[in-house]
Amino acid sequence: MSAFVVRRLIRLLVVAAGVSLVTFAILHASGDPVALLMPEAPESDRAALRQALGLHDPLIVQFGRFVANAATGNFGTSFFHHGQPAFDLVMERMPTTLLLTVLSMVVALVVALPVGIYGAVRRGGAVDQIATGTVFLGQSMPVFWTGIMLILLFAVQWRLLPVSGWESWAAVILPTATLGTFTTPLLLRIVRSSMLDVIRLDYVRTARAKGLAEWIIIGRHALKNAALPLVTVIGLQFGLLLGGAVITETVFAVPGVGRLIVGAIRQLDFPVVQAGVFLLAMIVVTVNFAVDVLYMYLNPQIRIR
Amino acid sequence: MAVGSLPAAYTAGEPASAGAGSRAWRKFARNLSALVGGVILLVVVAAALAAPWITPHDPATQSLIRRFTPPVWAPGGHVSYPLGTDQVGRDVLSRIIHGARISLLVGVLAVVVSVLIGVTMGLFSGFIGGRLDAVLMTIVDITWSFPQLLLALAFVAALGPSLVTVILVLGLTGWERYARVVRAEVLVLREKDFIEAARAMGVGASRILLRHVLPNTFSSIVVLSTLQVAQAILAEAALSFLGVGSGRTYPTWGQMIALGRDFVSVAWWLPTFPGLAILITVLAINLVGDRLRDALDPRI
Repeated sequence: MSAFVVRRLIRLLVVAAGVSLVTFAILHASGDPVALLMPEAPESDRAALRQALGLHDPLIVQFGRFVANAATGNFGTSFFHHGQPAFDLVMERMPTTLLLTVLSMVVALVVALPVGIYGAVRRGGAVDQIATGTVFLGQSMPVFWTGIMLILLFAVQWRLLPVSGWESWAAVILPTATLGTFTTPLLLRIVRSSMLDVIRLDYVRTARAKGLAEWIIIGRHALKNAALPLVTVIGLQFGLLLGGAVITETVFAVPGVGRLIVGAIRQLDFPVVQAGVFLLAMIVVTVNFAVDVLYMYLNPQIRIR
Repeated sequence: MAVGSLPAAYTAGEPASAGAGSRAWRKFARNLSALVGGVILLVVVAAALAAPWITPHDPATQSLIRRFTPPVWAPGGHVSYPLGTDQVGRDVLSRIIHGARISLLVGVLAVVVSVLIGVTMGLFSGFIGGRLDAVLMTIVDITWSFPQLLLALAFVAALGPSLVTVILVLGLTGWERYARVVRAEVLVLREKDFIEAARAMGVGASRILLRHVLPNTFSSIVVLSTLQVAQAILAEAALSFLGVGSGRTYPTWGQMIALGRDFVSVAWWLPTFPGLAILITVLAINLVGDRLRDALDPRI
């Protein structure tokens, strides 16, 4: 068992190294980042900046330095934001982004669990068909457009909720709902299909034959096994969810990491871009690691192997 | 009577209790929605191809006196601008039709790039196995760890926004699903008798891979690709929306929504219609893709 965890930990480190390589490559993708940053500056100024950024060293040396710094949370200082450390700028905003993601996930679960289970139990019924249609619709809508349409209705037309921001609970509603329209179809599909897989199994039939109440069969026996794929998918799709959060933040001016990174990308504020992309990716890596370990505890079949 | 006397709890959970008629209806509804999706898709593709000849106006022509003309059915609308005009008086419908070109072009070409990389990776990973498999699958894990949009955003910005950059970056960040699926299929195929037979006959590894293994993964690739085109169109729209799309000269749906957002309180039609264009196109592709999945590959 601990061998499994150790193997996963080693994998986590290897993936983390790869993540830092890709993040490192962002700065060098343009060939000469300094030319991009100072298109009009005289050559002497550019040379000074290159010197300051350490761009004269061989790439491998620069990469080594990047990894060593990243490991201690040092991504350099922002070119804007009064020269604050990029790491601090990202970490200040991280709770907001995670809160938005988790809130929308809760909303999605509250909708997806009952609807998905009911749809699977009454397969082909009215609820199931409407839910399946809604899943298609939800997966075909661009998140940012959904957000703007909600603004149009709730903020402009009916003046019920604020257009943007994150200061009050009222301001939290629209971003959460927007990201929820992205998250819910994803979870609904998985709940329905894993539930369909489970209720066909013999032990559910046995439970029925024993005369157990339907809600106990579904809620206690079937759901426990249907939860496994759900946990895996939430883990696997966490990157997708964070990507959705990034866009949602931009639409509603939510002061999170996504909005920070999008702004930094427009300004070519490379330290902030690198810190943000790296830390978000590391969250995905960590979540996947946690899911793997959790999966092992939940699923005895893996534990034995 | 025998069936009717089953306990309610038993019949309640059985899909069959909905009756054969319901199942037939579901099948029909699926085919019908796929047909509708296919027709819509054909219309969108035809409109995109014929854009310069069928658009009522030039998408770039501005007109100060025609600014903020609402859609034709709203008060103040004008017949020659069915979906209204934007903040500088350009025809929204013409811009949407031209925008379809970028969306479809990027969607299809990005998927081609992804397929080339992902399928090659998956084939080698599954067929050769061992250390190569470990290395390639680690690369898949690494790619998977990034929110695709964020990575695409950073690289497009660093490389400079252009149509080619967007296609390449979306293709390079979206291949890992092909690698995973093709690898899984190859692992199964590898053990099949017909591969064993080919090997026993002395067929070379590369020939086995190309002539015997690869064709058997085609149906999954087709299904995945269809659905991925929908994803790529959404991703392109998001990049354009965030201002790092294929450039400012040609109209794209995402860019139209971004510009329209600033005028949402005075001209609701500006962000609404390009978004509907995305929704309808992506929905049509998803419906066709879903039917293809049923027909070709029920496993994924």
